[in-house]
Amino acid sequence: MSDYNFAYLDEATKRMLRRAILKAVAIPGYQVPFSRREMPMPYGWGTGGVQVTAACLVPEDTLKVIDQGADDTTNAVSIRKFFARVAGIATTEATAEATIIQTRHRIPETPLTEGQILVFQVPIPEPLRFLEPRETETRTMHALEDYGLIQVRLYEDTARHGEIARAYAYPVRVEGRYIMDPSPIPKFDNPKLHNAPALQLFGAGRECRIYALPPFTRVESLDFEDYPFTASKAAGQTCAICGAEDSYLDEVIIDDAGGRMFVCSDTDYCATRCAAQAEDAA
Amino acid sequence: MTPLLKVEALSKHYGRHLGCGDVNFTLWPGEVMGIVGESGSGKSTLLNCLAGHLAPDTGRVIFETRAHGPRDTVTMTEPERRWLARTEWAFVHQNPRDGLRMGVSAGGNVGERLMAVGARHYGEIRAQAEDWLGRVEIDPTRIDERPRAFSGGMRQRLQIARNLVTGPRLALMDEPTGGLDVSVQARLLDLLRGLVRRLGLSAVIVTHDLAVVRLLADRLMVMKDGRVVEEGLTDQVLDDPQHAYTQLLVSSVLQV
Amino acid sequence: MIEIRGVGKQFVLHNQGGIVLPVIQGADISVCRGECVALVGASGAGKSTLMRMIWGNYRCDEGSIRVAGVEISGAEPRQVLDLRGKSMGYVSQFLRLIPRVPTRQIVAEPLLAAGMNEAAAFARAEAMLARLNIPERLWSLSPTTFSGGEQQRLNIARGFILDLPVLLLDEPTASLDAVSCAVVLDLVCEAKARGAAILGIFHDAAARDSVCDREIDMTRFTPARRVA
Repeated sequence: MSDYNFAYLDEATKRMLRRAILKAVAIPGYQVPFSRREMPMPYGWGTGGVQVTAACLVPEDTLKVIDQGADDTTNAVSIRKFFARVAGIATTEATAEATIIQTRHRIPETPLTEGQILVFQVPIPEPLRFLEPRETETRTMHALEDYGLIQVRLYEDTARHGEIARAYAYPVRVEGRYIMDPSPIPKFDNPKLHNAPALQLFGAGRECRIYALPPFTRVESLDFEDYPFTASKAAGQTCAICGAEDSYLDEVIIDDAGGRMFVCSDTDYCATRCAAQAEDAA
Repeated sequence: MTPLLKVEALSKHYGRHLGCGDVNFTLWPGEVMGIVGESGSGKSTLLNCLAGHLAPDTGRVIFETRAHGPRDTVTMTEPERRWLARTEWAFVHQNPRDGLRMGVSAGGNVGERLMAVGARHYGEIRAQAEDWLGRVEIDPTRIDERPRAFSGGMRQRLQIARNLVTGPRLALMDEPTGGLDVSVQARLLDLLRGLVRRLGLSAVIVTHDLAVVRLLADRLMVMKDGRVVEEGLTDQVLDDPQHAYTQLLVSSVLQV
Repeated sequence: MIEIRGVGKQFVLHNQGGIVLPVIQGADISVCRGECVALVGASGAGKSTLMRMIWGNYRCDEGSIRVAGVEISGAEPRQVLDLRGKSMGYVSQFLRLIPRVPTRQIVAEPLLAAGMNEAAAFARAEAMLARLNIPERLWSLSPTTFSGGEQQRLNIARGFILDLPVLLLDEPTASLDAVSCAVVLDLVCEAKARGAAILGIFHDAAARDSVCDREIDMTRFTPARRVA
């Protein structure tokens, strides 16, 4: 064990964070301000998620960290190592084994279960930000459910592209009340937010906001009656490694001649399927 | 018939300076009232107090709401006031930039109020937007263009369409023809006149242009230094002004 | 229909040293249904001023003016407007132009305001324009560029389009040719026949004599000019 307090942050800070998290759970979709701490990584590297994870961790936890679905990218590896060092907790790459999963830009393909906590890293928590620049005004709009403006954005998309073109950070309405930015997950993942058995927490470090979806919360993606929401992904493609048809795919350029392949963005899901196929073959 | 708007003893100070003082009037459905006066006479302050943009120091503004009858808009809650602003009121700014979303298409600008009151059918929102663009004499094929591409007069007409799409009953207009050249003004005035009559709209129009009120307003209120100095039938106030200031105002208009 | 009792009017010019110009004093006039009364008197006797006071355009300083049972003096703007739309018509010497509005529309407007549908209102407006010899090619144009006589006839068309019970005519035949003048006098007679109360100013004595039942000399009500 190191000379750090458990999970890096001091106990008073973790209490402050937990209070913010409890409030966020009590008011699903509402952005709760918190007092962020300097973390030993730059903003944009998941400092919000890290602080939420630190506040939730107990010594018995098993932590999984993914970045765009992958367990083995820089961001995921460094955060996993960080907590292994400062909290001494177990880590895993298997979705089903983890008790806490910190994620950047994806929700795992394997369905989450009761008791699991999914922590999202959020760059911009305010879904109305680019429509209304004044923070005082966006807060008032949330307070008064004055949400015509966000529908205007969907209208603009539909008018320009013939469909709601937004592919990620697709706004949702939580329990028929707050409009929420689900962080830059692909809209393919939006249906997984709805009625999920796991607790979903969202931490925005730069902007000092925490918000939450308690288990089994109603989450609806905004749309028009005649242009309903669709959870789309790369059309007609399957994973080149495991052959999955139902997972979200990354497009990978493999040579300088424009060659490309589609593979599962969720590396654990892909690896688990490959292992099962190898077992079947053997 | 019940009055649509009843203003009682409305006053607003900016520190020790009087914005507008002890204003009283009753506006009936379908009536168009003009407020004239020089810059700083308190006419815009009054209009903003009526619209809920400014909180008056004293006084009451009783508006006859569709759902709940007469309500004091000064003491009602902000959500109630905003709801009224989206459904039963229209506010036309002098500068269309203040009343439009310049980065949003004409259709989006008109559709915003519909969506804000719950419209969720894209096709219907668009159809209504097209209809309203036509009514304010903007070619409906320009529905996907942004107001940046529009001339000043078109922007002002777009602002009007955006405000009237939810069928408001009270239009508050702050110098709606200010900053437009004369031929464009005439077209806008004619349009407003037609809309007000056809929709049975009541309106309060603040302007310093006496020709505008003669054309649009049934009655007129003259303000000076924050006070109402004279009011009455528009042509009576303009043709037989009683107060010294009104006489000065009327005689100062340059003849063409 | 028109009852004027003890009416007085003076203009106070605040910006010219507070000069007080008394114009009318103690006017008593009444006009019954089916009657056409002419106001006569020298220029400046207050004929037009009195007409404008009845119309509600000038404020009544003292006395009472009742039109179709409604007190004009001190009336609310909406009461006067209601009276103008439903009971009282006014044909002046000047046409107040509204840019862009076509002639046909201008004449039909009182009908539309009274709730008539567009087709019927336009048909009636066109019949009236034709009767007043305004060429058909002008109907869809704004009268901005019309001649004085054409504008005047347009004014008359607008004033007579509704069968109003009270009509105020301020020199309706001025600047008209003989043919148009005859049409206007016919219109006045028809209005009288259907029971309208008409008060008019006619400079043309022949025209006056042909339609008016009585004359009232306004100089009777003209106060001595004095400077306050």
